[in-house]
Amino acid sequence: MKYSSRLRVRRVYRWCEEPLSFNRKLKTHEYRSLAISVEGLPRTTVIKTGQHILIEGDDEDNPYVAKVVKLFSDESGTQKKAVVQWFARVSEVPLSKLKLLGREPHPQEIFYYEGRSCDDEVNAESILRPVQVKHLDGAAPFPDSVDKDTLYVKLSWDSKTFRAVDSALVEQDRPPCPKPSLPPSPPCSPLAAAPGSRGPSRRALPTPDLAVLRRALSGEVRRGRATMSAGKAGAAEAESLHSATKLSASKCLSAKRRDASARTPGVRKKLELSGPDNKSMICDDVLSQLLDDELESEVTFAQRMSSSPPQATPLTHSLTPLRKAHRAPAAEGAFPLKPAAIVLSKSSLSEMSPPSAARDDSSRELLDKSPQRGDVTEAGLPNGSVKTPRRRNGTPRRNYLTSGQKATTPSRKKEPKTLKEPALGVLAEVDNENSPMLPVATTPRSSKRKSAQLVSSRIRKQLNLLENQQDLNSDGEDEDEFVPSKKELQSSSEDDEDEAALESDEEVVLKKGRHAASGPRTPRSKQKTRSSTRTPRKTPNKKITPGTPRTPHRATPSIPSRSLPARQPANVLEEARTRLHVSSVPESLPCREQEFQDIYSFVESKIVDGTGGCMYISGVPGTGKTATVHEVMRCLQHAADVDEIPPFHFIEINGMKMTDPHQAYVQILQKLTGQKATADHAAALLEKRFSNPAPRKETTVLLVDELDLLWTRKQNVMYNLFDWPTRRHARLVVLTIANTMDLPERIMINRVASRLGLTRMSFQPYSFKQLQQIIMSRLNKVKAFEEDALQLVSRKVAALSGDARRCLDICRRATEICEHSAAKPSATGLVGMSHVMEVLNEMFSSSYITAIKCASVQEQLFLRAVIAEFRRLGLEEATFQQVFVQHQALCRVEGLQPISVSEGLAVCQRLGACRLLLLEPSRLGVLQRVRLNVSQDDVLFALKAD
Amino acid sequence: MSKRKVKDDHLPVGECITQVQDILRERFCRQQLPDRLEGVEAQHKHLLELLKRTAVHGESNSVLIVGPRGAGKTMLLKCVLRDLLEEKEAQKNLLQVHLNGLLQTDDRIALKEITRQLHLENVVGDKVFGSFAENLAFLLEALKKGDRSSSRPVLFVLDEFDLFAHHKNQTLLYNLFDVSQSAQAPVAVVGITCRLDVLELLEKRVKSRFSHRQIHLLSNPTFPQYLERVRTQLSLPDRFPDQEFCQDWNDGVETLCEDKSVQDVLQKHFNSSKDFRSLHMLLMLCLSRVSVSRPAIRPADLLEASRLCFTDSKANMLHGLSILELCLIIAMKHLNDVYEGEPFNLQMVHNEFKKFLQRKSNSMYNFEQPVIMKAFEHLQQLELIRPVDSTAAKTQREYQLMRLMLDHSQIMEALQKYPQCPTDVKQWAMSAFG
Repeated sequence: MKYSSRLRVRRVYRWCEEPLSFNRKLKTHEYRSLAISVEGLPRTTVIKTGQHILIEGDDEDNPYVAKVVKLFSDESGTQKKAVVQWFARVSEVPLSKLKLLGREPHPQEIFYYEGRSCDDEVNAESILRPVQVKHLDGAAPFPDSVDKDTLYVKLSWDSKTFRAVDSALVEQDRPPCPKPSLPPSPPCSPLAAAPGSRGPSRRALPTPDLAVLRRALSGEVRRGRATMSAGKAGAAEAESLHSATKLSASKCLSAKRRDASARTPGVRKKLELSGPDNKSMICDDVLSQLLDDELESEVTFAQRMSSSPPQATPLTHSLTPLRKAHRAPAAEGAFPLKPAAIVLSKSSLSEMSPPSAARDDSSRELLDKSPQRGDVTEAGLPNGSVKTPRRRNGTPRRNYLTSGQKATTPSRKKEPKTLKEPALGVLAEVDNENSPMLPVATTPRSSKRKSAQLVSSRIRKQLNLLENQQDLNSDGEDEDEFVPSKKELQSSSEDDEDEAALESDEEVVLKKGRHAASGPRTPRSKQKTRSSTRTPRKTPNKKITPGTPRTPHRATPSIPSRSLPARQPANVLEEARTRLHVSSVPESLPCREQEFQDIYSFVESKIVDGTGGCMYISGVPGTGKTATVHEVMRCLQHAADVDEIPPFHFIEINGMKMTDPHQAYVQILQKLTGQKATADHAAALLEKRFSNPAPRKETTVLLVDELDLLWTRKQNVMYNLFDWPTRRHARLVVLTIANTMDLPERIMINRVASRLGLTRMSFQPYSFKQLQQIIMSRLNKVKAFEEDALQLVSRKVAALSGDARRCLDICRRATEICEHSAAKPSATGLVGMSHVMEVLNEMFSSSYITAIKCASVQEQLFLRAVIAEFRRLGLEEATFQQVFVQHQALCRVEGLQPISVSEGLAVCQRLGACRLLLLEPSRLGVLQRVRLNVSQDDVLFALKAD
Repeated sequence: MSKRKVKDDHLPVGECITQVQDILRERFCRQQLPDRLEGVEAQHKHLLELLKRTAVHGESNSVLIVGPRGAGKTMLLKCVLRDLLEEKEAQKNLLQVHLNGLLQTDDRIALKEITRQLHLENVVGDKVFGSFAENLAFLLEALKKGDRSSSRPVLFVLDEFDLFAHHKNQTLLYNLFDVSQSAQAPVAVVGITCRLDVLELLEKRVKSRFSHRQIHLLSNPTFPQYLERVRTQLSLPDRFPDQEFCQDWNDGVETLCEDKSVQDVLQKHFNSSKDFRSLHMLLMLCLSRVSVSRPAIRPADLLEASRLCFTDSKANMLHGLSILELCLIIAMKHLNDVYEGEPFNLQMVHNEFKKFLQRKSNSMYNFEQPVIMKAFEHLQQLELIRPVDSTAAKTQREYQLMRLMLDHSQIMEALQKYPQCPTDVKQWAMSAFG
């Protein structure tokens, strides 16, 4: 883990000047600005009041956004605090509320937060860096071609509604330090190990693609890390790089993510790790700016290359042939520019980089860049294979392509990042390289599957070809390095092997979808789908399909809507039937007032206190457990809406609606944040979410239905579910539902049962009076039943099971029967006793006796023979052979021709198929044993009757 | 021939026979739907109304059709669907998903099949993407998004319903029934099974969600109805091209059904099984004997067909055995008699056989042990005998305990028909003890 320890660069916070004022009452010093620097680096970032900042949070990809209102410290000056005005990101707004927006939120949109539920005082040491926030008019469109580190405010959000916001509230006093003008970019995050400054911050690029940017960022970060570790090892050989790759491949995802999160989109990376690179960076900047002037409109590799001089030489060389091959003549315009870029970069390379690499010897640099070359070739490859001639102007399409590539293999995956670098412009972490880390660093869900590997190996082959081609053209400088780096790619891709066909599937889908979707698709939708497939830390997007990341892009789970409208109930009986259907949601739940009250107060108290807890609810099926909890939630939600209690988040999972207990994590995470992850990963994310503090956290109420199905041998799913609420910062209330009262004692091991606690509630089966009341309340004065009929139904059901569903079903069937018999003149039109009796007969009488009565003569004889044999043996079991002897005898008595053994077996099998008899498998032939599945009395009764 | 050709609506006899066989085979094998169901009108009405309410009103329902094999469960459903789809309102709306417990052996396959048949959007071509968990989530989400009045109703037909109850956790059934009991997309779940105890297979919460509607198909036709059915099944329709032939054929069928021996045969079949599938099998055999030279079904054909239907398969196999193997079987039979069904081994059988040779035999002579062993193994391969305990491979083959899979009556019947069976062997078989 050496690299991670390296990563933990400490940020140092100090006040820039003397205290502005001293508050005697609170004993606090107020300051105007705060300087943040990273230990060991000379640069500092200055945060001033009125400026917008990013604040460390639990979601590292999306740090919290806020505006500094006040900076102060306590008397001694050790405790640095800041009072902030929060902004809410799209991802922080509950999915359900996003609907209120009435439009698709812009990925870079944030909302001025007016809620009261969160503390506006934060520890100044959680401040990451400044960010640029712009106010837009309500009607103004989101600027398209702006770079990613600007966030936009249009509306305010008070946890219930969106309102327009005054620009004065938002606008900051001073524009955040524009990066280009701040050459020694302040170390905004300790984690940003990338030793590179960014190019010019703003480029008119047609892709404000957040996902892309972010990915690019994270890719860079990882790359940066790789270099770092490699650099630390002090080895410039491929060996060390290789090991770094491996290391990173095996490293936990969280570390990776943390890195990634450190640099959110919209923030330029400013951190430099090692001095030597800085110089080269500067020259990069110059270079890239120069190039930008020329290539401004072009979003191509060339541009990226240009921004990264070290690679430029090989890249351009390798690229041009490729691109020409696949390019439409229309795109040619951009080409003439290139040579210049090449020249520039070449010169810069030759002149600048060797000296600049003071510690870093050139070989390392070469190593670093070589993989990038690999990238380029790869990038060229898929593009070419898909044949998109209009590469340049079709940026969206490009993205799309890249997403396809990404889906395939690790080696391809990194493509998007590198590809997007030009789009980032600023971000492009020029010199810091594209290290072999890249392939590994792709996504948490990097492909590890065999099939993916297959694809990747194929790609590699193609690459080989390309590479050869390239080598011919290239100036040979990097040739040696290129090969090893490729090997690294391979090895790293081999490292991850588990994740099966996921990616390849994805690719297929993507490809398939591509034809259909290329036209009307907007860059935005693309980025969404991509984000859904890739980084789970994306802003939750409503368009993300719930369960299917690998389904074609716009797959939305839905049943087609009907062509003709559903008919409305026409008469009283139909009306009654509609009301009696179990699915119809009643206005209130009668007969469960006490339970309702208990659950309500339990959950309410937890929400108000901001604590967590568990509750176990048991009861036989059909006693209203789930319905009551839902009712409680409806009421609480209403209370939250009218501001009686703090807002909360309700999610629900059902043990029966998942294929495996561990899917519970996936579903919880999905419903909580809209993210998509594998079970293990989801567990880790939830664990983190529930154990880390966050300034703005709503209580989560989790309903776990059919708890017993979450049982696993180790019981870790249950354990976690009950353990999270006990965490200090979790604010999680877990309501569990199962059928058996003693479930905790029966199936849970002690440590799980103990965490579940003793808050239990048991739903008793309904009594007949309650059932009657339920029906009455559902009918709600629709007069369709006679009193007696209702009473009969409820008494019968109460005696049998107390299951309200049963009761409603019986009533519904009774209305049908009543309707049929309504033709008779005597009928009153109301459901009477006779109808109910008929239904009860239909539903509860055993069909065995009728079945025996309807059986053929030989079958009846056989049953008789079975009983005779049982009596003879004194056992309840006999072999077919024994019974058959009896059967033959009976046949003679009855004057029938005896049947053959085959025929006898057939008769026996028919009875067995209906389960009148229980049989052994038929291959035992005459030796199979026979039992009755009905009582002997029933059989005799049925046989006697005719 | 020439005379017939004068009238133009006459076809050559060969042509007529081909036509007859076409028409009747269609009836017997293709399970052509009858225009009108007999004996199950009430059930038909119940099911039709139920499905209509789903299709037209968007009301969710679940129902089980229960009845013995060959009772016409699937036919009932098909007839109902045919009638239902005649209505335009239903036709335009209803989506159908047909599953079979024998094909969709677990929930994973079943889910893929459902998504495929529903043409949900995660289907590309014929492939369904995503893992099991995702498919489930996708389907549930899809169903959840629908509501009673706006989404198209879905009809789920689960053939061999009882097999679905054996899936892990009964996840599929739970979810289908849960959808049918909640305010989601309207569904109708129709299960078809022959198990009368199917409800006992359902887990309690699955059972609670099932509406407990069961349609029992327990038809109880009387023999005259059965005979009538034979008549109608064999009769040619009026639209048969050659009227004269048609008339002759139908008259022939009429006389056939009045024949005493034919009625006896049919009565025997009726006693054995009332379902029409076995009847069709019988009639099919008769039909195949109709040819140009014998352009009608005669009672003898029916008797022969019946004999074929009722033959004992095991006894038939005995006819193909060598005399030594037959002797061994007889020895086993005696051992069974002596030891009251206790298992035996090769050595015991061989001893019994040797005793017979010493005492009575004049036509048979002793065989070498390996020959006996070979014969014994052949019997085992034919599954006329089977080891008591298949795992006991440790014991030597000679001493492995076996059981006879034949009934005495089968052995005696086979002996009677065995060609050139030596008299002493027959006598040995008939004698009470060894």
